[in-house]
Amino acid sequence: MNIQSGAEAVARRTGLTARGLCYDAGGKRLIDGMDISIAAGRRTVVMGANGAGKSVLLRLLHGILSPASGEVLCEGRPLDCALRARQAMVFQRPVLLRRSVRGNLAFALAAKGVPRRDRGHAVADALEQARLTHLADRPARVLSGGEQQRLAVARALIGGPDLLLLDEPTASLDPGSTHAIEELIQNAYQRGVTIVMVTHDAGQARRIADDVVFLNSGRVVEAGPADQVLNAPQSNAARAWLGGRLYLDSTP
Amino acid sequence: MTGFGSILAQALGLIASGDAALMEIIGLSLRVTLSAVALSCLIGLPLGAAVGAFRFPGRTALCVVLNALMGLPPVVVGLLVYLMLSAAGPLGPLALLYTPSAMVIAQTVLVTPIVAALTRQVVEDLNQEYDEQFKSLGVTGAGRVSALLWDARFSLLTVALAGFGRAVAEVGAVIIVGGNINHVTRVMTTTIALETSKGNLELALALGVVLLGIAVTVNAAVMGLRASAVRSAYA
Repeated sequence: MNIQSGAEAVARRTGLTARGLCYDAGGKRLIDGMDISIAAGRRTVVMGANGAGKSVLLRLLHGILSPASGEVLCEGRPLDCALRARQAMVFQRPVLLRRSVRGNLAFALAAKGVPRRDRGHAVADALEQARLTHLADRPARVLSGGEQQRLAVARALIGGPDLLLLDEPTASLDPGSTHAIEELIQNAYQRGVTIVMVTHDAGQARRIADDVVFLNSGRVVEAGPADQVLNAPQSNAARAWLGGRLYLDSTP
Repeated sequence: MTGFGSILAQALGLIASGDAALMEIIGLSLRVTLSAVALSCLIGLPLGAAVGAFRFPGRTALCVVLNALMGLPPVVVGLLVYLMLSAAGPLGPLALLYTPSAMVIAQTVLVTPIVAALTRQVVEDLNQEYDEQFKSLGVTGAGRVSALLWDARFSLLTVALAGFGRAVAEVGAVIIVGGNINHVTRVMTTTIALETSKGNLELALALGVVLLGIAVTVNAAVMGLRASAVRSAYA
Protein backbone atom coordinates (compact mmCIF):
# COMPACT_ATOMS: atom_id res chain seq x y z
CA MET A 1 0.00 0.00 0.00
CA ASN A 2 1.45 3.35 -0.94
CA ILE A 3 1.13 6.06 1.59
CA GLN A 4 1.70 8.77 -0.95
CA SER A 5 2.19 7.94 -4.54
CA GLY A 6 3.63 11.41 -5.23
CA ALA A 7 6.42 10.73 -2.81
CA GLU A 8 7.53 7.59 -4.58
CA ALA A 9 10.45 9.20 -6.37
CA VAL A 10 11.72 10.52 -3.06
CA ALA A 11 10.99 7.21 -1.41
CA ARG A 12 13.47 5.61 -3.72
CA ARG A 13 16.17 7.91 -2.35
CA THR A 14 16.06 7.00 1.32
CA GLY A 15 12.57 5.69 1.93
CA LEU A 16 11.62 2.23 3.08
CA THR A 17 9.34 -0.29 1.42
CA ALA A 18 8.06 -3.47 2.98
CA ARG A 19 6.50 -6.17 0.83
CA GLY A 20 4.41 -9.10 2.08
CA LEU A 21 5.90 -8.81 5.54
CA CYS A 22 5.01 -11.65 7.93
CA TYR A 23 6.33 -12.32 11.41
CA ASP A 24 5.47 -15.13 13.85
CA ALA A 25 6.28 -15.51 17.53
CA GLY A 26 5.19 -18.26 19.88
CA GLY A 27 3.09 -19.87 17.16
CA LYS A 28 1.12 -16.67 16.64
CA ARG A 29 1.19 -14.54 13.50
CA LEU A 30 1.91 -11.02 14.72
CA ILE A 31 2.45 -9.39 11.34
CA ASP A 32 0.30 -10.77 8.58
CA GLY A 33 1.29 -9.84 5.03
CA MET A 34 2.01 -6.13 5.39
CA ASP A 35 2.83 -3.88 2.47
CA ILE A 36 4.03 -0.46 3.50
CA SER A 37 6.03 2.29 1.96
CA ILE A 38 7.58 5.00 4.03
CA ALA A 39 8.26 8.17 2.12
CA ALA A 40 11.67 9.73 2.59
CA GLY A 41 11.82 13.08 4.31
CA ARG A 42 8.34 12.72 5.75
CA ARG A 43 6.90 11.95 9.17
CA THR A 44 4.93 8.73 9.25
CA VAL A 45 2.97 7.90 12.37
CA VAL A 46 1.98 4.29 13.03
CA MET A 47 -1.16 3.80 15.14
CA GLY A 48 -3.25 0.91 16.35
CA ALA A 49 -4.33 -0.98 19.45
CA ASN A 50 -2.04 -3.01 21.69
CA GLY A 51 -1.03 -6.16 19.87
CA ALA A 52 -1.78 -4.62 16.48
CA GLY A 53 1.87 -5.21 15.57
CA LYS A 54 3.24 -1.65 15.76
CA SER A 55 6.38 -2.40 17.74
CA VAL A 56 7.14 -5.56 15.77
CA LEU A 57 6.71 -3.64 12.51
CA LEU A 58 9.19 -1.02 13.68
CA ARG A 59 11.73 -3.71 14.59
CA LEU A 60 11.27 -5.40 11.22
CA LEU A 61 11.78 -2.09 9.41
CA HIS A 62 14.90 -1.52 11.51
CA GLY A 63 16.21 -4.98 10.77
CA ILE A 64 16.60 -6.09 14.40
CA LEU A 65 13.93 -8.73 13.75
CA SER A 66 13.90 -10.87 10.61
CA PRO A 67 10.57 -11.45 8.88
CA ALA A 68 9.24 -15.00 8.43
CA SER A 69 8.49 -14.02 4.87
CA GLY A 70 8.46 -10.86 2.82
CA GLU A 71 11.18 -8.26 2.73
CA VAL A 72 12.14 -4.76 3.70
CA LEU A 73 13.73 -2.70 0.96
CA CYS A 74 15.67 0.49 1.36
CA GLU A 75 16.40 2.40 -1.84
CA GLY A 76 15.16 -0.71 -3.61
CA ARG A 77 17.80 -2.90 -1.96
CA PRO A 78 17.29 -5.45 0.82
CA LEU A 79 18.24 -4.06 4.21
CA ASP A 80 21.92 -4.78 4.92
CA CYS A 81 24.37 -3.60 7.57
CA ALA A 82 25.34 -0.45 5.71
CA LEU A 83 21.72 0.54 5.16
CA ARG A 84 20.80 -0.31 8.74
CA ALA A 85 23.62 1.88 10.00
CA ARG A 86 21.80 4.85 8.47
CA GLN A 87 18.75 4.14 10.63
CA ALA A 88 18.38 4.72 14.34
CA MET A 89 15.74 3.60 16.79
CA VAL A 90 14.36 4.88 20.09
CA PHE A 91 12.62 2.31 22.26
CA GLN A 92 9.61 2.84 24.48
CA ARG A 93 11.73 2.27 27.57
CA PRO A 94 15.12 3.88 27.06
CA VAL A 95 17.98 1.39 27.39
CA LEU A 96 20.77 3.46 28.84
CA LEU A 97 24.27 2.19 29.46
CA ARG A 98 25.75 2.21 32.93
CA ARG A 99 27.80 5.26 32.09
CA SER A 100 27.50 9.02 32.24
CA VAL A 101 25.18 10.97 29.93
CA ARG A 102 28.23 11.99 27.93
CA GLY A 103 29.47 8.40 27.92
CA ASN A 104 26.20 7.16 26.41
CA LEU A 105 26.45 9.65 23.55
CA ALA A 106 30.13 8.93 22.94
CA PHE A 107 29.39 5.20 22.89
CA ALA A 108 26.95 5.61 19.99
CA LEU A 109 29.61 7.53 18.05
CA ALA A 110 32.23 4.89 18.83
CA ALA A 111 29.84 2.21 17.56
CA LYS A 112 29.61 4.17 14.31
CA GLY A 113 33.40 4.16 14.07
CA VAL A 114 33.88 7.86 14.76
CA PRO A 115 37.47 8.38 15.99
CA ARG A 116 37.83 9.48 19.62
CA ARG A 117 39.20 12.93 18.77
CA ASP A 118 36.14 13.76 16.66
CA ARG A 119 33.58 12.74 19.26
CA GLY A 120 33.81 15.68 21.69
CA HIS A 121 32.28 18.27 19.39
CA ALA A 122 29.37 16.06 18.29
CA VAL A 123 28.66 15.07 21.89
CA ALA A 124 28.61 18.72 23.00
CA ASP A 125 26.22 19.54 20.14
CA ALA A 126 23.90 16.67 21.00
CA LEU A 127 23.92 17.63 24.69
CA GLU A 128 22.94 21.18 23.83
CA GLN A 129 20.14 20.15 21.48
CA ALA A 130 18.67 17.80 24.09
CA ARG A 131 19.26 20.45 26.79
CA LEU A 132 21.28 17.99 28.80
CA THR A 133 24.55 19.93 28.95
CA HIS A 134 24.20 20.57 32.69
CA LEU A 135 23.72 16.82 33.26
CA ALA A 136 26.58 15.69 31.01
CA ASP A 137 28.60 14.04 33.74
CA ARG A 138 25.70 12.56 35.70
CA PRO A 139 25.17 8.79 35.57
CA ALA A 140 22.58 8.31 32.82
CA ARG A 141 20.42 5.94 34.79
CA VAL A 142 19.69 8.35 37.65
CA LEU A 143 18.09 10.90 35.30
CA SER A 144 14.31 11.39 35.37
CA GLY A 145 12.18 9.45 32.87
CA GLY A 146 11.86 12.47 30.59
CA GLU A 147 15.58 13.23 30.70
CA GLN A 148 16.40 9.59 30.00
CA GLN A 149 14.19 9.55 26.91
CA ARG A 150 15.68 12.87 25.74
CA LEU A 151 19.09 11.28 26.05
CA ALA A 152 17.90 8.21 24.14
CA VAL A 153 16.62 10.39 21.29
CA ALA A 154 19.81 12.45 21.29
CA ARG A 155 21.86 9.25 21.21
CA ALA A 156 19.83 7.93 18.28
CA LEU A 157 20.34 11.18 16.37
CA ILE A 158 24.02 11.69 17.13
CA GLY A 159 25.22 9.45 14.32
CA GLY A 160 23.30 11.57 11.80
CA PRO A 161 20.80 8.89 10.66
CA ASP A 162 18.67 9.28 7.54
CA LEU A 163 15.74 7.59 9.22
CA LEU A 164 14.63 7.65 12.84
CA LEU A 165 12.23 5.02 14.21
CA LEU A 166 10.53 5.76 17.51
CA ASP A 167 8.43 3.26 19.46
CA GLU A 168 6.03 5.23 21.67
CA PRO A 169 8.83 7.49 22.88
CA THR A 170 6.52 9.63 25.02
CA ALA A 171 4.34 6.93 26.55
CA SER A 172 4.25 7.61 30.31
CA LEU A 173 5.93 11.03 29.99
CA ASP A 174 4.38 14.28 31.25
CA PRO A 175 3.42 17.08 28.81
CA GLY A 176 6.65 19.00 29.37
CA SER A 177 8.83 16.00 28.61
CA THR A 178 6.61 15.04 25.68
CA HIS A 179 7.03 18.53 24.26
CA ALA A 180 10.82 18.30 24.58
CA ILE A 181 10.88 14.94 22.77
CA GLU A 182 8.58 16.21 20.01
CA GLU A 183 10.81 19.24 19.59
CA LEU A 184 13.84 16.98 19.07
CA ILE A 185 11.87 14.94 16.54
CA GLN A 186 10.68 18.04 14.65
CA ASN A 187 14.22 19.47 14.57
CA ALA A 188 15.50 16.21 13.12
CA TYR A 189 12.70 16.32 10.53
CA GLN A 190 13.70 19.88 9.60
CA ARG A 191 17.21 18.60 8.95
CA GLY A 192 15.79 16.05 6.52
CA VAL A 193 15.60 12.96 8.72
CA THR A 194 12.73 10.63 7.81
CA ILE A 195 10.59 9.95 10.87
CA VAL A 196 8.60 6.79 11.64
CA MET A 197 6.88 6.94 14.99
CA VAL A 198 4.48 4.70 16.86
CA THR A 199 2.00 6.46 19.11
CA HIS A 200 -1.28 5.79 20.89
CA ASP A 201 -1.95 9.49 21.17
CA ALA A 202 -4.17 10.93 18.44
CA GLY A 203 -3.21 14.46 19.50
CA GLN A 204 0.45 13.63 19.03
CA ALA A 205 -0.32 12.12 15.63
CA ARG A 206 -2.03 15.36 14.61
CA ARG A 207 0.96 17.41 15.78
CA ILE A 208 3.56 15.30 14.02
CA ALA A 209 2.21 13.17 11.20
CA ASP A 210 2.44 13.85 7.49
CA ASP A 211 1.24 10.30 6.88
CA VAL A 212 -0.58 7.86 9.14
CA VAL A 213 -0.57 4.07 8.97
CA PHE A 214 -3.28 2.40 11.01
CA LEU A 215 -2.74 -1.23 12.03
CA ASN A 216 -5.13 -3.81 13.38
CA SER A 217 -4.34 -7.47 14.13
CA GLY A 218 -1.07 -7.45 12.24
CA ARG A 219 -2.47 -5.86 9.08
CA VAL A 220 -2.57 -2.38 7.65
CA VAL A 221 -6.22 -1.36 7.74
CA GLU A 222 -5.73 2.20 6.59
CA ALA A 223 -2.89 4.38 5.38
CA GLY A 224 -2.67 7.78 3.83
CA PRO A 225 -2.07 11.48 4.43
CA ALA A 226 -2.59 12.43 8.06
CA ASP A 227 -5.58 14.74 7.64
CA GLN A 228 -7.39 12.09 5.62
CA VAL A 229 -6.81 9.21 8.04
CA LEU A 230 -7.24 11.29 11.18
CA ASN A 231 -10.24 13.34 10.05
CA ALA A 232 -12.09 10.98 7.75
CA PRO A 233 -11.06 7.45 8.67
CA GLN A 234 -12.54 4.79 6.43
CA SER A 235 -11.95 1.60 8.45
CA ASN A 236 -14.05 0.62 11.44
CA ALA A 237 -10.97 0.13 13.59
CA ALA A 238 -9.56 3.59 12.88
CA ARG A 239 -12.97 5.26 13.17
CA ALA A 240 -13.60 3.68 16.55
CA TRP A 241 -10.11 4.44 17.80
CA LEU A 242 -10.08 8.05 16.72
CA GLY A 243 -13.67 8.57 17.82
CA GLY A 244 -12.63 7.57 21.32
CA ARG A 245 -14.79 4.46 21.35
CA LEU A 246 -13.52 1.12 22.55
CA TYR A 247 -13.12 -1.06 19.50
CA LEU A 248 -13.13 -4.69 20.53
CA ASP A 249 -13.73 -6.48 17.26
CA SER A 250 -10.54 -7.87 15.79
CA THR A 251 -11.76 -7.73 12.19
CA PRO A 252 -11.09 -4.52 10.31
CA MET B 1 39.06 -22.34 76.75
CA THR B 2 41.94 -20.76 78.67
CA GLY B 3 44.24 -22.70 76.34
CA PHE B 4 42.58 -21.15 73.34
CA GLY B 5 42.67 -17.72 74.98
CA SER B 6 46.41 -17.81 75.61
CA ILE B 7 47.12 -19.19 72.15
CA LEU B 8 45.02 -16.41 70.62
CA ALA B 9 46.86 -13.82 72.72
CA GLN B 10 50.22 -15.15 71.56
CA ALA B 11 48.98 -15.24 67.97
CA LEU B 12 47.88 -11.60 68.15
CA GLY B 13 51.26 -10.78 69.71
CA LEU B 14 53.00 -12.37 66.72
CA ILE B 15 50.93 -10.27 64.34
CA ALA B 16 51.45 -7.07 66.36
CA SER B 17 55.22 -7.58 66.48
CA GLY B 18 55.32 -7.93 62.71
CA ASP B 19 57.17 -11.24 63.00
CA ALA B 20 59.47 -11.59 59.97
CA ALA B 21 58.59 -15.24 59.21
CA LEU B 22 54.90 -14.41 59.45
CA MET B 23 55.23 -11.42 57.11
CA GLU B 24 57.20 -13.44 54.60
CA ILE B 25 54.47 -16.07 54.47
CA ILE B 26 51.66 -13.51 54.20
CA GLY B 27 53.57 -11.66 51.47
CA LEU B 28 54.09 -14.79 49.38
CA SER B 29 50.47 -15.85 49.86
CA LEU B 30 49.18 -12.54 48.58
CA ARG B 31 51.66 -12.45 45.71
CA VAL B 32 50.71 -15.94 44.53
CA THR B 33 46.97 -15.48 44.96
CA LEU B 34 46.77 -12.00 43.45
CA SER B 35 48.85 -13.12 40.45
CA ALA B 36 46.59 -16.13 39.98
CA VAL B 37 43.42 -14.02 40.26
CA ALA B 38 44.83 -11.46 37.80
CA LEU B 39 45.67 -14.20 35.30
CA SER B 40 42.29 -15.86 35.81
CA CYS B 41 40.52 -12.56 35.13
CA LEU B 42 42.65 -12.02 32.03
CA ILE B 43 41.44 -15.36 30.68
CA GLY B 44 38.07 -15.83 32.39
CA LEU B 45 36.51 -12.40 31.87
CA PRO B 46 36.70 -12.29 28.06
CA LEU B 47 35.95 -16.02 27.83
CA GLY B 48 32.89 -15.80 30.08
CA ALA B 49 31.73 -12.59 28.40
CA ALA B 50 32.00 -14.12 24.92
CA VAL B 51 29.98 -17.16 26.01
CA GLY B 52 27.44 -14.86 27.68
CA ALA B 53 27.10 -12.50 24.72
CA PHE B 54 26.93 -14.84 21.74
CA ARG B 55 24.92 -17.84 20.58
CA PHE B 56 26.94 -20.57 18.88
CA PRO B 57 26.82 -24.35 18.47
CA GLY B 58 28.01 -26.17 21.58
CA ARG B 59 27.34 -23.18 23.79
CA THR B 60 25.17 -25.05 26.28
CA ALA B 61 27.77 -27.82 26.59
CA LEU B 62 30.45 -25.20 27.22
CA CYS B 63 28.30 -23.62 29.94
CA VAL B 64 27.82 -27.00 31.61
CA VAL B 65 31.57 -27.64 31.52
CA LEU B 66 32.39 -24.20 32.91
CA ASN B 67 29.84 -24.57 35.70
CA ALA B 68 31.09 -28.08 36.52
CA LEU B 69 34.71 -26.89 36.61
CA MET B 70 33.75 -24.34 39.28
CA GLY B 71 33.67 -27.25 41.69
CA LEU B 72 37.12 -28.63 40.78
CA PRO B 73 38.71 -30.15 43.89
CA PRO B 74 41.98 -28.28 44.59
CA VAL B 75 43.91 -31.51 45.22
CA VAL B 76 42.92 -32.82 41.79
CA VAL B 77 44.06 -29.56 40.18
CA GLY B 78 47.28 -29.81 42.20
CA LEU B 79 47.84 -33.36 41.00
CA LEU B 80 47.20 -32.50 37.34
CA VAL B 81 49.48 -29.47 37.42
CA TYR B 82 52.07 -31.57 39.26
CA LEU B 83 51.97 -34.16 36.46
CA MET B 84 52.37 -31.42 33.83
CA LEU B 85 55.29 -29.75 35.63
CA SER B 86 57.13 -32.82 36.96
CA ALA B 87 60.42 -33.74 35.30
CA ALA B 88 58.72 -36.37 33.13
CA GLY B 89 55.76 -34.12 32.26
CA PRO B 90 55.32 -32.04 29.12
CA LEU B 91 56.27 -28.82 30.94
CA GLY B 92 59.06 -30.51 32.93
CA PRO B 93 61.90 -28.67 31.12
CA LEU B 94 60.62 -25.37 32.50
CA ALA B 95 61.64 -26.59 35.98
CA LEU B 96 58.74 -24.82 37.63
CA LEU B 97 57.76 -27.50 40.14
CA TYR B 98 58.13 -26.37 43.78
CA THR B 99 58.31 -22.70 42.83
CA PRO B 100 55.81 -19.90 43.45
CA SER B 101 55.17 -19.91 39.68
CA ALA B 102 53.85 -23.47 39.91
CA MET B 103 51.48 -22.33 42.66
CA VAL B 104 50.28 -19.44 40.52
CA ILE B 105 49.60 -21.87 37.67
CA ALA B 106 47.67 -24.27 39.89
CA GLN B 107 45.53 -21.51 41.40
CA THR B 108 44.92 -20.02 37.97
CA VAL B 109 43.61 -23.38 36.76
CA LEU B 110 41.41 -23.55 39.84
CA VAL B 111 40.03 -20.00 39.65
CA THR B 112 39.66 -19.38 35.90
CA PRO B 113 36.51 -21.54 35.56
CA ILE B 114 34.97 -19.74 38.54
CA VAL B 115 35.63 -16.33 36.98
CA ALA B 116 34.49 -17.49 33.53
CA ALA B 117 31.29 -19.18 34.72
CA LEU B 118 30.19 -16.30 36.97
CA THR B 119 31.12 -13.74 34.28
CA ARG B 120 29.04 -15.68 31.78
CA GLN B 121 25.97 -15.37 34.01
CA VAL B 122 26.47 -11.66 34.74
CA VAL B 123 27.15 -10.78 31.11
CA GLU B 124 24.29 -12.89 29.78
CA ASP B 125 21.80 -11.03 31.98
CA LEU B 126 23.17 -7.65 30.94
CA ASN B 127 23.28 -8.68 27.28
CA GLN B 128 19.57 -9.47 27.43
CA GLU B 129 18.88 -5.96 28.62
CA TYR B 130 21.14 -4.33 26.02
CA ASP B 131 20.53 -6.67 23.09
CA GLU B 132 18.07 -4.61 21.05
CA GLN B 133 19.89 -1.37 21.72
CA PHE B 134 23.20 -2.93 20.67
CA LYS B 135 21.63 -4.36 17.52
CA SER B 136 20.19 -0.95 16.78
CA LEU B 137 23.54 0.77 17.29
CA GLY B 138 25.33 -1.95 15.35
CA VAL B 139 27.51 -3.07 18.26
CA THR B 140 28.84 -6.54 17.44
CA GLY B 141 31.78 -8.85 18.06
CA ALA B 142 34.62 -7.71 20.28
CA GLY B 143 33.00 -4.29 20.66
CA ARG B 144 29.97 -5.90 22.26
CA VAL B 145 32.09 -8.04 24.60
CA SER B 146 34.17 -5.11 25.80
CA ALA B 147 31.10 -2.86 26.23
CA LEU B 148 29.35 -5.55 28.27
CA LEU B 149 32.46 -6.14 30.40
CA TRP B 150 32.77 -2.42 31.09
CA ASP B 151 29.11 -1.96 31.96
CA ALA B 152 29.17 -5.02 34.21
CA ARG B 153 32.37 -3.84 35.89
CA PHE B 154 30.95 -3.59 39.40
CA SER B 155 29.23 -6.97 39.28
CA LEU B 156 32.46 -8.42 37.94
CA LEU B 157 34.34 -7.09 40.97
CA THR B 158 32.29 -9.54 43.01
CA VAL B 159 33.22 -12.25 40.52
CA ALA B 160 36.91 -11.50 40.98
CA LEU B 161 36.30 -11.50 44.71
CA ALA B 162 34.82 -15.00 44.55
CA GLY B 163 37.94 -16.11 42.70
CA PHE B 164 40.17 -14.45 45.26
CA GLY B 165 38.32 -16.11 48.11
CA ARG B 166 38.72 -19.52 46.52
CA ALA B 167 42.43 -19.04 45.77
CA VAL B 168 43.55 -17.50 49.05
CA ALA B 169 41.82 -20.19 51.13
CA GLU B 170 42.76 -23.33 49.24
CA VAL B 171 45.54 -25.58 50.46
CA GLY B 172 45.33 -28.75 48.36
CA ALA B 173 46.70 -27.44 45.08
CA VAL B 174 49.52 -25.25 46.38
CA ILE B 175 50.81 -27.87 48.79
CA ILE B 176 51.16 -30.42 45.99
CA VAL B 177 52.87 -28.21 43.39
CA GLY B 178 54.63 -25.88 45.86
CA GLY B 179 55.79 -28.49 48.33
CA ASN B 180 55.49 -26.11 51.33
CA ILE B 181 59.23 -25.35 51.28
CA ASN B 182 60.31 -22.92 53.99
CA HIS B 183 61.19 -19.44 52.64
CA VAL B 184 60.34 -20.59 49.11
CA THR B 185 56.80 -21.84 48.71
CA ARG B 186 55.31 -21.63 52.17
CA VAL B 187 52.00 -19.76 52.14
CA MET B 188 49.38 -19.13 54.82
CA THR B 189 47.21 -22.16 54.27
CA THR B 190 50.04 -24.67 53.92
CA THR B 191 51.74 -23.22 56.99
CA ILE B 192 48.55 -23.51 59.02
CA ALA B 193 48.27 -27.17 58.02
CA LEU B 194 51.93 -27.86 58.82
CA GLU B 195 52.19 -25.87 62.07
CA THR B 196 48.96 -27.35 63.38
CA SER B 197 50.26 -30.87 62.86
CA LYS B 198 53.53 -29.84 64.53
CA GLY B 199 51.61 -28.44 67.49
CA ASN B 200 52.82 -24.87 66.85
CA LEU B 201 49.33 -23.51 67.33
CA GLU B 202 50.29 -19.84 67.94
CA LEU B 203 51.72 -19.36 64.45
CA ALA B 204 48.90 -21.40 62.89
CA LEU B 205 46.24 -19.36 64.64
CA ALA B 206 48.02 -16.08 63.91
CA LEU B 207 47.91 -16.96 60.22
CA GLY B 208 44.29 -17.99 60.55
CA VAL B 209 43.44 -14.63 62.06
CA VAL B 210 45.30 -12.83 59.27
CA LEU B 211 43.54 -14.93 56.64
CA LEU B 212 40.15 -14.07 58.10
CA GLY B 213 41.19 -10.42 58.36
CA ILE B 214 42.16 -10.33 54.68
CA ALA B 215 38.87 -11.96 53.69
CA VAL B 216 36.86 -9.44 55.71
CA THR B 217 38.87 -6.44 54.47
CA VAL B 218 38.69 -7.39 50.80
CA ASN B 219 34.96 -8.12 51.05
CA ALA B 220 34.28 -4.85 52.83
CA ALA B 221 36.23 -2.93 50.20
CA VAL B 222 34.34 -4.54 47.34
CA MET B 223 30.97 -4.07 49.08
CA GLY B 224 31.81 -0.40 49.63
CA LEU B 225 32.71 0.06 45.97
CA ARG B 226 29.54 -1.65 44.86
CA ALA B 227 27.39 0.38 47.21
CA SER B 228 28.73 3.61 45.74
CA ALA B 229 28.21 2.20 42.25
CA VAL B 230 24.61 1.32 43.07
CA ARG B 231 24.03 4.90 44.18
CA SER B 232 25.06 6.08 40.70
CA ALA B 233 23.03 3.27 39.11
CA TYR B 234 26.24 1.95 37.57
CA ALA B 235 25.85 -1.49 39.13
